[in-house]
Amino acid sequence: MSSFRRRVLGFLWRHPGAKTGVTLSPVVFWLALFVLAPMLIVLYYSFLTNGPHGALLPTPTLENYKDVFITEDLRTGQPEANWLYLNIFGRSLLLAFLTTLLCLLLGYPVTYWIALYGGRYKNLWIGLFILPFWTSYLVRIFAWMFLLRDPSGFINQLLLQTGLIHEPLQLLFNTTGVIIGMVYTYLPFAVIPLYAALERLDRSVLEAAFDLGARPWQRLWRVTVPLTRGGILSASVLVFVPSVGEYLIPDLMGGAKVNMLGNLIADKFFRDQNWAFGSALSIGLILLVMALLLVYFKVSRSEQVFERRV
Amino acid sequence: MSVVRSLGRASLPGLLGLVYLFIYAPLFILMIFSFNTAGNLAWWQGFSLEWYEKLLSYDQLWKSLRISLMVTGTAVILSTVIGTLTAYALYRWRFWGKRLFEGMLYLPMYIPEVVLGISLLVFFIFLGMPRGILTMILAHVAFTIPLVVLVVLARMQRIDWTLEEAAMDLGADELTTLRRVTLPLLFPGIMAAAFLAFPWSFNDFVITYFVTSPGNAPLPVLTYNLILGAKRSGAMGMINALGTLMTVAALLLPLVAVLLLRVRRFSLPGLHLLRKKRA
Repeated sequence: MSSFRRRVLGFLWRHPGAKTGVTLSPVVFWLALFVLAPMLIVLYYSFLTNGPHGALLPTPTLENYKDVFITEDLRTGQPEANWLYLNIFGRSLLLAFLTTLLCLLLGYPVTYWIALYGGRYKNLWIGLFILPFWTSYLVRIFAWMFLLRDPSGFINQLLLQTGLIHEPLQLLFNTTGVIIGMVYTYLPFAVIPLYAALERLDRSVLEAAFDLGARPWQRLWRVTVPLTRGGILSASVLVFVPSVGEYLIPDLMGGAKVNMLGNLIADKFFRDQNWAFGSALSIGLILLVMALLLVYFKVSRSEQVFERRV
Repeated sequence: MSVVRSLGRASLPGLLGLVYLFIYAPLFILMIFSFNTAGNLAWWQGFSLEWYEKLLSYDQLWKSLRISLMVTGTAVILSTVIGTLTAYALYRWRFWGKRLFEGMLYLPMYIPEVVLGISLLVFFIFLGMPRGILTMILAHVAFTIPLVVLVVLARMQRIDWTLEEAAMDLGADELTTLRRVTLPLLFPGIMAAAFLAFPWSFNDFVITYFVTSPGNAPLPVLTYNLILGAKRSGAMGMINALGTLMTVAALLLPLVAVLLLRVRRFSLPGLHLLRKKRA
């Protein structure tokens, strides 16, 4: 056994490449098989023709990608923009944008206060944002459904019983519900990078701005925000990317009216049994996310250059 | 004027309080109303343990809990081992295609969950694999590895690596160094990684939902089915009770971990005396 061990070690010592290979083989195996291969199959299916009863015909085609954007007018047969899907794309982008904006508007001021005035309990204050990560995503969404339902939800009951309103408000199963759910779920994603950036902020720069007569708002807009651009950018990406592909929140809190890209994809696969078209939409969503990340990496690299020079 | 100024000064802590209310109030209200006699109404009717009795005598709950623990337990062990190996290789060695590999590694964190879940389902159907415990474990390992790598890498950046050289100078071979020096140094990071991967895997719904069969519903899928049922019947009491138990368990877990780590780091008072005697 021990001579075997010595021989194995000796071999690995003489061949550093083999050492790397042995160490990385499990992860390469796992990711190639259970991340990359499924993606490639979806990519392959997106070029196939959809047959009757959910069958896939091996005729290569670009129709699926064309169908995302273009449809034919039912009466004239003329091609026209496919607003049904374009609207869903637009709605996903808009909802993700609103979620990101709200997360920044809520997250920035409070992390600013924690980073600058949090004192010795800073970590506790930030920890309170991260703690819900351990709780169930579904339970958190359900807790909001319980609050927002009408007429028996908590908020409606509170307002009705105290006589502030007489008709229950429609808060759930619409866009409001989806945005509340997404801001609630993704706020910690914004808080962590914002805190990291604000924590590193050099306070003497803020003092200098004050000494030079900057008003609080001027100091915020012209000193604090520009110096924490990197954190704002990271926070935006971390919120926007999962929001734009969100599935569960619009599924549970959106009702039938608020469909997002994730729901459209699931519908195409399972309700319409159109795997080819669902695959094309999936590839579209992946490309959208990749494009966002590419822009992010480009911008954040130039940010780093900027930070080093200052 | 001074009123305006003091209002201005209090506005940020005030906003912080409101944000905490936004985060925690829904969970606390859910907990309070899990003891309400009326299961479908968010207005207090009277105290009752009815929903807990119903929940705890619900057979499917125990089956789902078993499935969840089995899947998450196996997946977290596997992904912690694989992720630690990966982080070690990434930190210590240079190799061909490293940048490409890193890009690939974090892919599961960026791909929308619904796309990853559906493509895994399509892949399992393509292979003719029946969906169930095994497919769930395979998927969970895949999406928890990047998280483990990130956490272990963060720990590696704070380690004094000269200790490894010292061990080798003193005649330890590579495997002994790994076992007796490097792994103990990395241990807190590895534990932290497993600790983050656990809820990540245990609470995952979207990917799990697509790679399991109706007969093998882990806890999140059971919760989802109950919520869909409640959307029609309005019977929310049982979900309130389930949510309360899950939230309490989830919030206690980090607390227990912090206490355990404390005890490990500072040692129990007086414990060093026992140790000295034995030596």
